[in-house]
Amino acid sequence: MPEPIIEVQDLKKNYGATVALRGISFAVQEGEVFGLLGPNGAGKTTTVEILEGLRQPDTGRVSVCGLNPQASGDAFKEMIGGVLQSTSLPDKIRVSEALELFSSFYKRRRSTDDLLKRFGLTEKRGALYSTLSGGQKQRLALAMALLNEPRVVFLDEPTAGLDPQVRREIYSIIEELKQEKKTILITTHYIEEAERLCDTVAIVDTGKVIAMGTPRQLKQSSAGTTRMEVRVAQPFDLDAIHKLEGVADCKAFDGYFVVHSNAVPRSIVALVKHLEATGNELAGLEIATPSLEDVFIELTGRRLRD
Amino acid sequence: MKNAIALTISRIRLSLRNRLFLIFSLIMPLVFLFLFLGIFARNNVHAQPFVLAQVIALTVMGNFWGLSVQLVMWREQGVLRRFRLAPVGPSAMLISSIISNYVLTLPTIAIEFYLARTVFHMTSFGNLFAVFIMATLGIVSFASLGLIIASVTNTMQETQVINQLIWFAFLFLSGATVPLTILPGFVQTAALFLPATYLVDGLQRAMGQGLNVNVMLPAITSLIGTTIIALVLSAQLFRWDPEQKATPRAKLWVVAAVIPFLILGFWEASNGKLQKNAQVNLQRIEQQSSPSQK
Repeated sequence: MPEPIIEVQDLKKNYGATVALRGISFAVQEGEVFGLLGPNGAGKTTTVEILEGLRQPDTGRVSVCGLNPQASGDAFKEMIGGVLQSTSLPDKIRVSEALELFSSFYKRRRSTDDLLKRFGLTEKRGALYSTLSGGQKQRLALAMALLNEPRVVFLDEPTAGLDPQVRREIYSIIEELKQEKKTILITTHYIEEAERLCDTVAIVDTGKVIAMGTPRQLKQSSAGTTRMEVRVAQPFDLDAIHKLEGVADCKAFDGYFVVHSNAVPRSIVALVKHLEATGNELAGLEIATPSLEDVFIELTGRRLRD
Repeated sequence: MKNAIALTISRIRLSLRNRLFLIFSLIMPLVFLFLFLGIFARNNVHAQPFVLAQVIALTVMGNFWGLSVQLVMWREQGVLRRFRLAPVGPSAMLISSIISNYVLTLPTIAIEFYLARTVFHMTSFGNLFAVFIMATLGIVSFASLGLIIASVTNTMQETQVINQLIWFAFLFLSGATVPLTILPGFVQTAALFLPATYLVDGLQRAMGQGLNVNVMLPAITSLIGTTIIALVLSAQLFRWDPEQKATPRAKLWVVAAVIPFLILGFWEASNGKLQKNAQVNLQRIEQQSSPSQK
C-alpha cells in the first residue's frame, strides 16, 4: 500500500478547559475523498485547521504531503487548497480580481478564465464580492481553493447554510473533482453529503473518531438491521417492543420511535398485533435501510443535529 | 516583494471604491484646507505656509486612523484567515498597507498645494524637498503606528476607543489645530513626547521658514526609528484570526514603538528649541497680521 498523503496520529487539542480533540488518528490515501462526519463541536474544524497549518496541536503527529503543516511554511501552502468554514473576502473586491490576486501568490497557477468558466462565474467576473449570493460566494471559494492545482483540498463544511439546490450544485463540483482523483478532506454534518461524496468516512464525536470505513462498511456494521420509524397514537412500552420478533433495538425520540429489525415483515406483524392488544394505534410507519445517521445514533444514542 | 506589490495594487483599488475612504482621506482634508486657510490665514500671506503645514500634518496623521480600522475589520470578518491559507506572510500584508496608504495620500497633498496656490493665491511654499521628506516619513510612521494599534487590539470597539484617545491628543496637543504656545505649560511639555508635534513642527519649519532637512534631523531620526520598531513589532504580533487574542503584555509593546519620541521628548524638554521656535513663529504671524505692521 502506498504511503498515505495525510497521516494523523493521536491528535489532541484543548482550548483552555475545553477538550476539543481527544486523540484523533486516521490516514488518507492519494486520490481519496475522506469525510469527517459529526455534529457541531465534534472537533472536525479543529482537526482540519491543524491539517491546514492554521492551528497548533497540543500533542500528536500530523503529516500532509510528507510535510509538517505547522513547520513547512510556504512550501506546504503551495501544495494545499482550502475552503474555510468562517471566512470572507473584502466586500469591494471583484470576482476576477480575487482570483487573480490569490493566484499571484502561488508558483503553480491555473487560468482565471478557466476557473470562472468551470465554476459558472464568468458572468459574475466583474461583480463585487458583497453582491454575490451565498452559493456564488461558495463557488468562488471553491475556485480559489483550486487555483494553485493543489495536491490536497480541504473543504470545511462547504455546503453549510446553503439551500438544497445550491448544495446539490456544490456536490456536482466535488464529484467532478473526485473523478479527477483529487485528494479531498471534507468535514460535514450532512449525512447525504458524506454518503454521496466520500470514499471513506470517519465519524467524529466529542473529539474522537468513533467509527471509520467506507459508507457501505459503516452501514453494514449497523447490526445488519433495517430501520423502521414508527409513530403511534399513544406512547408504548419500549421493553415490550424489544421482545417482539425480529426486533434488534428500539429507541424513543421526540414524537416517534426508531425500531431496528433483522426480520422486517415479522416485526411489523408482531408490532401491529402488540398495538392492537394494548389498545394503541399505528399512526405512521417508514422503513429505511440503515444510514450513517443510524450508525451515529447506535454509537452515541444521539442524532447528528441534536 | 511580489506578494506585497500584488496586495498594494489590490488595496489601492479597494480603497478607491470605498466611499468612507474618499470622505476621510480626500474630502475631510480639503474641508480642513478651506477652513484653516480661509479663517486662520485670511488676509495674511505670511501665515499661509504655517497654516498649510498644519493642514498637511492633519492629512498625514489621518493614515494612523484608517489602517488600524481596516486591518481589525478584516480580521473580524475572517478576510485575513483566507489570506493566511495562501503563501502570504505578515510582512507582505503590512508593507502593502504602508505603500498603498502612501500612494493614496500623496495626491491629496498635491491637491492641497494646488488649491492653496489657485484658490488662496499662495506663492511661497518654503523648502519643498524638506516638505516632501517630512510628509513621506510622516505617512509611513503614522501608518506604522496604526498597524501596531491593530496588532494589539482585539476588537473593533477597542481599536476605535484607543484611536480616538490618541487621535485627540495628536489633534489638539501637537500644534496641528491649536498653537502649541497658547497651551498650559505642562500640556506643552506632554506634547513634546508626541510624534505629531514633531511632524507639525518639521512641516512648519520647512514651509514657513524654508529650512532644510538637516535642521529636523532629530525628528526625522525619531520618525524612522518609530517606523522600524512599529513595523517589526507589528509583524511579530500580527494575528490573522479573530480568535487569537492579544495578551495584556503584548499591548505594552506599543510603548516600545514610541521610545524614539520618549527620548526626543526628554531631549527637547531640556533643550527647549521646539517650544521657542513655535513661540517665534506665532509672534511673527501675529505681528505681520496686525494692521500697524503692514
